[in-house]
Amino acid sequence: MKVTLHIWRQSQPSDRHAQSARDFQRDGRMVRYELDDVSPDMSFLEMLDVLNEHLIKKGEEPVAFDHDCREGICGACGVVINGVAHGPEKGTTTCQLHMRSFRDGAEIYVEPWRAKAFPVVRDLIVDRSAFDRVVQNGAYVSVNTGAPQDANATPVPKADADKAFDAATCIGCGACVAACKNASAMLFVGAKVSHFVHLPQGRVEREERARNLVTAMDEEGFGNCTNQYECEAVCPKEIPVRVIADMNREFLRAKVREE
Amino acid sequence: MNLDARIPDGPIQEKWDRRKFELKLVNPANKRKYKVLVVGSGLAGAAAAASMAELGYQVECFCYQDSPRRAHSIAAQGGINAAKNYRNDGDSVWRLFYDTVKGGDFRAREANVYRLAQCSVNIIDQAVAQGVPFARDYSGLLDNRSFGGAQVSRTFYARGQTGQQLLLGAYAALSRQIHAGQVKMFNRTEMLDLVVVDGHAKGIVVRDMVSGEVRAHAGDAVVLATGGYGNVFYLSTNAKGCNVTAAWRAHKRGAGFANPCYTQIHPTCIPVSGDHQSKLTLMSESLRNDGRVWVPKKPKDTRPPNQIPEDERDYYLERKYPSFGNLAPRDIASRAAKEACDKGLGIGETGLGVYLDFRDAIARLGKEAIKARYGNLFHMYSKITAEDPYSQPMRIYPAVHYTMGGLWVDYDLQSTIPGLFVAGEANFSDHGANRLGASALMQGLCDGYFVVPATIAGYLAGQKPGGVDGKHPAFRASIKEIEDRVKQLLSIQGGRTVDEFHKALGKIMWDKCGMARNEQGLNEALREIPALREEFWRDVKVLGDGMTLNQSLEKAGRVADFLEFGELLCRDALERRESCGGHFREEWQDDGEARRDDEHFAHVAVWEYQGDVKDAVRHQEELQFENVQLAVRSYK
Ligand code: FES
Repeated sequence: MKVTLHIWRQSQPSDRHAQSARDFQRDGRMVRYELDDVSPDMSFLEMLDVLNEHLIKKGEEPVAFDHDCREGICGACGVVINGVAHGPEKGTTTCQLHMRSFRDGAEIYVEPWRAKAFPVVRDLIVDRSAFDRVVQNGAYVSVNTGAPQDANATPVPKADADKAFDAATCIGCGACVAACKNASAMLFVGAKVSHFVHLPQGRVEREERARNLVTAMDEEGFGNCTNQYECEAVCPKEIPVRVIADMNREFLRAKVREE
Repeated sequence: MNLDARIPDGPIQEKWDRRKFELKLVNPANKRKYKVLVVGSGLAGAAAAASMAELGYQVECFCYQDSPRRAHSIAAQGGINAAKNYRNDGDSVWRLFYDTVKGGDFRAREANVYRLAQCSVNIIDQAVAQGVPFARDYSGLLDNRSFGGAQVSRTFYARGQTGQQLLLGAYAALSRQIHAGQVKMFNRTEMLDLVVVDGHAKGIVVRDMVSGEVRAHAGDAVVLATGGYGNVFYLSTNAKGCNVTAAWRAHKRGAGFANPCYTQIHPTCIPVSGDHQSKLTLMSESLRNDGRVWVPKKPKDTRPPNQIPEDERDYYLERKYPSFGNLAPRDIASRAAKEACDKGLGIGETGLGVYLDFRDAIARLGKEAIKARYGNLFHMYSKITAEDPYSQPMRIYPAVHYTMGGLWVDYDLQSTIPGLFVAGEANFSDHGANRLGASALMQGLCDGYFVVPATIAGYLAGQKPGGVDGKHPAFRASIKEIEDRVKQLLSIQGGRTVDEFHKALGKIMWDKCGMARNEQGLNEALREIPALREEFWRDVKVLGDGMTLNQSLEKAGRVADFLEFGELLCRDALERRESCGGHFREEWQDDGEARRDDEHFAHVAVWEYQGDVKDAVRHQEELQFENVQLAVRSYK
């Protein structure tokens, strides 16, 4: 099949402290490419591989994009495809999207995640280290390596364990932020809070965790949640927005306890 | 080359305690004066970095990904073994030890494996304490399942995402230490050299993949936890970035490389769909708990699988291995699939595939039960193939998945270079010639949480902290070498892309050193690889410059190393004149079953670099079996 691609090319990294969108985007622009040897069985990233091989042969620098596992679990990949983070298939990362989801002759617009907290590094690659920094502020149980009690000493009701798992399945790709018109990270941070609060091991530090994560999230420049639920719609792991409710409740609870 | 494994004396059950007692300790107040460099942030690396930081050492940790959470341990699906015996089904540390030694076809070091089995129980406790959401049953206790090569249920799991959940546990512990200032994390940073000063590992040279800067990091010890080398085959289930570079450069600086020919071809992967294929996707081995493997009895049978009647199907694993059936270990199941396809019984357009069928399990347990067990795997399968495994069998074929070989280490996980420790898949130690399912996560975490943090003290206690700094001439020389190499790669401007070379190498490796190997093919490979390498350095085309993010340049460096390493792998395969585990030499077989030669090959082969791969010298560490009797490995 044939496709026409419009891909964001940007060789200079965004300035994190840029005042205007122009400065943030530097030399970025959409560039058009035609590709006529696409197989419907290719993944979206394999299609970009093919494009890159052609570009290199022609002496043009290939399109930079993040990827690693190519099986939907590492969270490295992620681009906005025709305006939708990770493209048209529900519950699917960019690396798991296949070209059979597009029709022959399709026009495809490919852009990086766009958020103030995620400056572009090059082309389709953005810097998501803000997520790591949020996690460092408390998305863990403060336990050292050593000899904790036997794993079965504290039973955890299956329903709680399942809820914790549903939140813990987040791959940290950043699609939720990219999809949100406020570039909010509430789904990501909510998933962390929700994972731990449903487990007895995680409940010991629940107040500090809720407070610290919310503060860190604000400091990184992520926006606020205005209940659009775009995040849930694009999340490749289909993390439910109830985790945001969990986070809000935990945050309030922490506030009340503080007073 | 000194290959003394320094195994502690005494009965096997007491060896690890003895070693911990014998080791010199570093005074708690002095720990902060020592700096340890950890390369890699997967299970082994993240666990080691976090645990050493908790003990008080200064740690610097490096990963090539944009975040430590993305290391490829994350993709492990099935589970993690531990000898908890929660099921009361006869499991024990001894049985896990025995199964692992046997599963590795008697080519692993007993003492290391025993320690692994011992520590396995602590790993589960540790992970639960961190909040890892393992699967639980209705009593709220941890659930287990069985896995290939074992007849007990000792595998703990978190749906089909066990590696992810365990890695996020280790990443959380690492993040906590980053926050505490004990670990300095360097993302998008690739190790390109090991720096050895007076025979000791004292630092690394890295390239910042964003700015292009090549710089030195000095430390008092180095831990490599950089994973396996499966991508030497181009197509594998590894992540695209997985590479041998760190281990290979360490090898070139003097670290012995052990058993490179031990590669694991996993039986259940989604078959190749075309030339564009960039990687292969594993379908967890756990599927073989309920799925039945078969091929049509008639060659080139093109009927849709559901129309092939029962008596025209060959459930070949059940037929050949009645006691283990579909749960036969990986090497055996892969070989059996290859044998079926070689006979023309393979299915699908390419004839390179077999069926994995859930029809009977769905009839017995219901679709919902199967969905609860494997939902995410079925989903992944249908996404990739556009077929529905609930209504028609999956098509599967073996693919390169794991590498048992790696840098040689002694009992303390120290390589032949003092001060260089190697953990996880990057070392060779525990799996012999074949790894059992659900043992990789166990080993990575055992090395990272429990072994390296303990044994490294024994080394550091004898070292003056901060003895070498980054200004030492050895660092300057290495930086210059790396910079020159980058310049060279960029200046060739030939006609072929890096991927074209990588694919060409992969094809040689797969055809001549894949699931079955023979002398003639290996000799051909040993002629073709150096020729390809020579072409690479003459004709590769890498655009852009070295001072920006340049993915082709990164890849070029890795493929250049694979082009050297592949030759060593083939040499090792040629020299090992026996069949064992994942290494199958056609000349040594009994009707398709591997024939080991214990008399001549019950040893670890360790290669010493001598300036060129073709001159590498093969040394031997003899394996002593005092607790397990060498036997023909039968799963019949
Ligand atoms: S590349 Fe890992 S999730 Fe897409």
